[in-house]
Amino acid sequence: MVVGKYKTQLFDKNINDYLPSSPGIGMHVLIRDPENNVILSKTYQAEGRFTFTSHSPGEHTICLYSNTTKWFMGGKLRVHLDIQVGEHANDYEQIKSKDKLSELQLRVRQLLDQVQQITKEQNYQRFREMRFRDTSESTNRRVFYWALAQLAILAVTGFWQMRHLKSFFEAKKLV
Amino acid sequence: ELSICVYTFITICLASVMGGEMTFELPDNERQCFFESVDKGVEATLEFQVITGGHYDVDMELTAPNGRVVYKDVKKQYDSVTWTSDEKGIIKFCFSNEFSTFTHKVVYFDLDIGNEDPLAKTGDTQATAMTMLESGAVNVHEQLKIILDLQTHHRLREAQGRGHAEDLNERVFLWSMGQTIIILIIGVGQVLVLRSFFTDRKPRGRA
Repeated sequence: MVVGKYKTQLFDKNINDYLPSSPGIGMHVLIRDPENNVILSKTYQAEGRFTFTSHSPGEHTICLYSNTTKWFMGGKLRVHLDIQVGEHANDYEQIKSKDKLSELQLRVRQLLDQVQQITKEQNYQRFREMRFRDTSESTNRRVFYWALAQLAILAVTGFWQMRHLKSFFEAKKLV
Repeated sequence: ELSICVYTFITICLASVMGGEMTFELPDNERQCFFESVDKGVEATLEFQVITGGHYDVDMELTAPNGRVVYKDVKKQYDSVTWTSDEKGIIKFCFSNEFSTFTHKVVYFDLDIGNEDPLAKTGDTQATAMTMLESGAVNVHEQLKIILDLQTHHRLREAQGRGHAEDLNERVFLWSMGQTIIILIIGVGQVLVLRSFFTDRKPRGRA
């Protein structure tokens, strides 16, 4: 699970500092999964929070677009961005009060989450290693078959050239 | 239109302290800066690595709140800077790909500021001594954090190697296609040129 929080602040030239909150500015959030499908496409206000759960391993893309041009003409926009992934997205305060855990129990819960994350990462690496091996073997195969094909093409081309020229010279009564 | 695109691997960890890690795309001829606020006397570490793109190098510049340049280097593939902040303020670190004409770079950075906050705020403000079990658990937690950090580095190196291998695969394919076309063009071209030698003049007897 991935939780993203952002906050935008507009620079005010009058006070030479960033305004604490800037209404009227929105940010469009676009999230793509590794196969480039759009998982989330939504416009939030100046301050927003978005979450998504990944269904396939790999590189997800998170894009933030501003939807106003109000801050152009020499303006500046400050964007605070906080993205938390996996076990860091857990709010341990909330878990502690909901399940009524002691400090030690909460700590053990955190350790369990961390170990789970390590396991997920290892599975991901196994998947990646498989992909990598496939790519390498495909390259190897391509190089081999392509060398053979090239030899064949060269031989065929040479043969065709000779035949064509022979018939050409015979037609021109040179041979 | 301002757009920030960051790539997130699903198991990126963002520490519970200030700072964090991110993987972002740096287009060619561009410079991307990030800011973070730090307190006085706090030790911070910034490390970065180029994942894909060109010669896997990027320029980096780190400026302290008072404007002093803490770190500045060009064309580095990976580096790590640890410094202690003299004053409270906003640090700025910039990655530059301005020396590159058309390769986009994907850069990963990890900013770690200060020590970790306690897990959950307890009601009482007085600090109680930790039992053996509690300190053991904290120890395990620290070790697991190290493991996760190592896993991140491993994942980055794997992504780099894989990107390179897929790039190689594609280049082999395109070059093979290209060579075939070139061979065919030359083969047919040779014949045509040779024919043109013999068509304009009166045919003479040649062995």
